[in-house]
Amino acid sequence: MPVNGTSSTGPTAAAGSAAAPQLRRAVVVGGNRIPFARTGGAYTKSSNQDMLTAALDGLIARFGLQDERIGEVAAGAVLKHSRDFNLTREAVLGSALSAETPAYDVQQACATGLETVLGLANKIKLGQIDSAIAGGVDSASDAPIAVSEGLREILLDLNRAKTLPQRLQVLSRLRPKDLAPDAPNTGEPRTGLSMGEHQALTTAQWKITREAQDELAYNSHRNLAAAYDAGFFDDLLTPYRGLSKDSNLRADTTPEKLAGLKPVFGKNLGAAATMTAGNSTPLTDGASTVLLASEDWADAHDLPKLATVLDGEAAAVDFVHGKDGLLMAPAFAVPRLLARHGLSFADIDFFEIHEAFAGTVLSTLAAWEDEEFCRTRLGLDGALGSVDRAKLNVNGSSLAAGHPFAATGGRIVATLAKMLHAKGQVDGRPARGLISICAAGGQGVVAILEAH
Amino acid sequence: MTDKYTQFVSRGFGKDIAKRLGLPQPVVLRRHQPGEPLVRGPVLVQGSGGGADELAAALLSWDLDVRRHAVPREKLGAIILVLDEAARPEDLEKPVLAAAASLRDLAANARVVTVSRAAAGAPGPAAAAARQGVDGLLRSLAKELRAGATANGIVLADGAGTTSPSALGALRFFLSGRSAFVDGQFLTVSTTAGQQPADAEKPLAGKVAVVTGAARGIGAAIARTLHRDGATVVVVDIPAAGDHLATVANEVHGTALQLDISREDAGARIIGHAVERHGRLDIVIHNAGITRDKLLANMDQGRWNSVIAVNIAAQLRINEALLASEHFRDAPRIVSVASTSGIAGNRGQTNYAASKGGVIGMVRATAPLLAAHGGSINAVAPGFIETEMTARIPFATREVARRLNSLQQGGRPGDVAEAIAFLASDAAGGISGEVLRVCGQNLVGA
Repeated sequence: MPVNGTSSTGPTAAAGSAAAPQLRRAVVVGGNRIPFARTGGAYTKSSNQDMLTAALDGLIARFGLQDERIGEVAAGAVLKHSRDFNLTREAVLGSALSAETPAYDVQQACATGLETVLGLANKIKLGQIDSAIAGGVDSASDAPIAVSEGLREILLDLNRAKTLPQRLQVLSRLRPKDLAPDAPNTGEPRTGLSMGEHQALTTAQWKITREAQDELAYNSHRNLAAAYDAGFFDDLLTPYRGLSKDSNLRADTTPEKLAGLKPVFGKNLGAAATMTAGNSTPLTDGASTVLLASEDWADAHDLPKLATVLDGEAAAVDFVHGKDGLLMAPAFAVPRLLARHGLSFADIDFFEIHEAFAGTVLSTLAAWEDEEFCRTRLGLDGALGSVDRAKLNVNGSSLAAGHPFAATGGRIVATLAKMLHAKGQVDGRPARGLISICAAGGQGVVAILEAH
Repeated sequence: MTDKYTQFVSRGFGKDIAKRLGLPQPVVLRRHQPGEPLVRGPVLVQGSGGGADELAAALLSWDLDVRRHAVPREKLGAIILVLDEAARPEDLEKPVLAAAASLRDLAANARVVTVSRAAAGAPGPAAAAARQGVDGLLRSLAKELRAGATANGIVLADGAGTTSPSALGALRFFLSGRSAFVDGQFLTVSTTAGQQPADAEKPLAGKVAVVTGAARGIGAAIARTLHRDGATVVVVDIPAAGDHLATVANEVHGTALQLDISREDAGARIIGHAVERHGRLDIVIHNAGITRDKLLANMDQGRWNSVIAVNIAAQLRINEALLASEHFRDAPRIVSVASTSGIAGNRGQTNYAASKGGVIGMVRATAPLLAAHGGSINAVAPGFIETEMTARIPFATREVARRLNSLQQGGRPGDVAEAIAFLASDAAGGISGEVLRVCGQNLVGA
């Protein structure tokens, strides 16, 4: 959102000039996702298209959208086969929606899901469309594997070669090492470090303890398990391939069990290594969808209006030169978004901070509490403030549910919308929730939802 | 699907062999297809009273080829035996023997329907004997018929006549392919309530129906049939069955509600969903049920309690919410799935049979409560139905079970669904507190 980024004038910026069109509200009607599965588990044989179609069909069934022409569907995947260039449209064609529903793909690393929500909500606000489905999917099991760069060049040259001698000459360039496939990884292209190694540096920089990270992970599992027990996900989730709960959830985990795990990231940091498989998210497969609409469309279809999408903000950091941690962009996006609406942490009732790693959440919270950081890096007068832990990820988050990259945004938006609807009004104003999602490439997207 | 044996003996060589060896000769039953005629062939109305005349006149308005006298060797689609004026057992002779002369002229998949009065309201012992006599007559005749033909009876309570809306509704149901697997059964028309649908192909047009246990099997078939008949359908099943439920919802253009019906607030959730999303609630089909079979000697608390909780306690609690709701007041209809196990018993199913017997008791006691709103409640008791569940029965046991009825084959989930759709329609509004068996006249049980 570079347009918003240029205006630092505060709360009235969204209203714009007098000539700006009157904006409608974009509401979250509800959501549907399939349970998230640890990679190599229940969805090993499922493609991104299979999973996204299943998530769509569950949404269609929940809200009676069969043969409905939706304004637009946007979704995406981070790990994507080249054949899936039209992934979302193909999923729509395979679903029970009208085949006349247009669709497009979005890709913004782990922020993909939230960005689809914001982009579509903006179209609804502008009156371009009346209804939309935002979504995301990822499979680390069915990941694309490419041929090596050497083999790829040889194959392309071979295709261009016209005569047999030319072809033989091209083939003679082939070496055994060219046959090794090129598997995807989560490493940053510009640093060569994996995301976990990057976060390990940030975690150490902000002096986040092992105990604090394990406690956050424990709370995530405990909160998610309690939400399942209460039937919270009965209208947010549709089973898939025999799975009816997130397979990463460990309802019986204890702080002791988490404390017993060995560090997996930042091992070169020695005693400062604190990040384990327990307080980091595992690779996960899954898909999520969110139904968005104008108020009129929701009313005309007798559908609920859970929450409004108030606004969103993106940020990016220069992690390449070590100025900020790879996953710290939300630390910058949140204060900008709050300022645009004249809000502070006291005005937020639910904080949904994506748990890429427990260290990410805790580093971000620490940064907001740090006067020096907030003054010098955020340009504030003092510390942004503390997040009330009782309002943080109250129904669990990615450490327990898992994190199929592009599907996380949809999971959080639908979950938060339901929570806000249940909360209703707080002190005479609609309940508010803040979403913060960090992403590869040093990016972050954040958003505010309000109870309708 | 028709089972392989039935396919084999239905034609050619297989038919010949079965005949020579005296093997069971099930036929492929005539089942309702939208647009098909109600009956194939002329309909003979036997009986001489005013009720018979009125009925024959009503049938003419259905564009049927109605006969009051048989033409020898002309194939008949149905015989309607009107016995409503029988005052003494001797009165049965004339119409019954007249009908008997035409039995050999019945076409395959033909229908015999008796119309008689309830013995319970008879003015004296002789009339009661004549009326109750029809019961034995009909059940025996059903066992005599062959080639997919069935015999069923309509019993008129005091106040109801041969052309009362639900008498005609039941007659239409029995004549049609919708009752393919209903044989040797009676439906009592207790009041003149009910009305014929404006469109016979869409008897549930404008209605909103909820079906529990709809993710698969009989429940999914019920959802499809109600949708075909014009209803907007809300399909309900436990969250763990949500993927199959979504498939059914999308197929019937309805909405899926993932809900454990044994939850305390299930009734409120069902009413809320139907009213908020579809504006009203007219029909609730209690189909969800589980089996936890064990001999009573080996029964444990978990098996007993879970079956009672899901199969009957949940229905009672949901009905309480329905009866208390202002949204369930406009000729509401409830149909519960019982089981022949609940009537005749089944070894190893004490818990299940107790729950299904409970359903029957509940239905009878709830009927007067719904009558205040012009509503009705009935039960359907399936016999051997070809489902994923019965497909798991060992081959020999299954083969015996499916042949032990007058039609010598298992029913289909759709057969149960057809009976339910009929009882959920306004044409059945004068029928309440009844248990209709869909069992092909199972030889076991009443």
